[in-house]
Amino acid sequence: MPRRGGPPEVNAGSMADIAFLLLIFFLVTTTIETDAGLDRMLPPMEPPDTDVVIKQKNIFTVNINKNGQLLVEEQLMDLKNLRKAATDFLDNGGDGTCNYCKGPNDASSSDNPTKAIISLKNDRETKYGTYITVQNELVGAYNDLRNREAQRLYGRNFTDMEAEFLNPETPSSVRDELKDKVKRVQDLFPQKLSEAETNTSN
Amino acid sequence: MAKFNKKKDGDLPAVSTASLPDIVFMLLFFFMTVTTMKDSSLLVENTLPNASETKKLEKKDRVIYIYVGRPTSQYQKVFGSEPKIQLNDKFANVSEVGDYILQERAKKPQELQNVLTTSLKVDKNANMGLISDIKQELRKVNALKVNYTTYEGDAFRNLQ
Repeated sequence: MPRRGGPPEVNAGSMADIAFLLLIFFLVTTTIETDAGLDRMLPPMEPPDTDVVIKQKNIFTVNINKNGQLLVEEQLMDLKNLRKAATDFLDNGGDGTCNYCKGPNDASSSDNPTKAIISLKNDRETKYGTYITVQNELVGAYNDLRNREAQRLYGRNFTDMEAEFLNPETPSSVRDELKDKVKRVQDLFPQKLSEAETNTSN
Repeated sequence: MAKFNKKKDGDLPAVSTASLPDIVFMLLFFFMTVTTMKDSSLLVENTLPNASETKKLEKKDRVIYIYVGRPTSQYQKVFGSEPKIQLNDKFANVSEVGDYILQERAKKPQELQNVLTTSLKVDKNANMGLISDIKQELRKVNALKVNYTTYEGDAFRNLQ
């Protein structure tokens, strides 16, 4: 008997099973999360050639002991107040050269945000969680101030601008434009966070 | 003479499953695009701390991971319960961190070798002593860009 029509249809009934197999494979071997965290630069190993003299009042010392207590500028402080204290220190503008600072203008605190340094020391037995909280508060203080300046200059938050700048999907024309803005705000409040080597516990 | 089979009454017509593969393929492509491959299985407890001022870690090919934490229960008999470092799929000592970084760096293409980030995935109950030692090792091999990887959240929850 002659065959009518074209060649016989291929049975596609098992296609779904094959696709399911692939789907399950990908579900098992992949993860959906993208990581996020606090970016930090470590100091290079070789010491700088010239000894820089830094005035004591331009250094904001933060010590964490093994019980997670904070000693800020030789005074015991609650972690919740750290962000405020760091913001005040950075924003102080003691010598009057900083025209965008809104801080208390205290002569015994930092001269200028570009000179202000935060020094963080911790004990070997400090919990990592506590350390991250302190780091987070200090970075938060910088971000708050940078956001304020970015709002004043460009009408949007610094953290938004930076995220958009770092996002690889942003078109490069937008990125180039953002680069200068981000750089400018960063230079107003440069992040100078020094981490000394840890104390041995005793 | 044509012969017609009379349909039995009460027999429901079969639901067409012809579009099922399409639906499954759609799901498949969705998962293929939004997920990334797991690179290593965890041998250590890894409850990351929370932080709110985080930055996203873009471009996985530029990241080297170091895990730190207490060994999981099945490894505690052998390795004890003190926090350990995990590199790739095995436990390691602090002294091996530098070599590991150099090895991983050598595997990456030339143009990426200077822009690598080291992601520290540290359990929140680990002590800073070990982290400081790792940081010293990283400084020795000039891997200065680190990212303390955290969960997004309120940082004060770490203290409880």
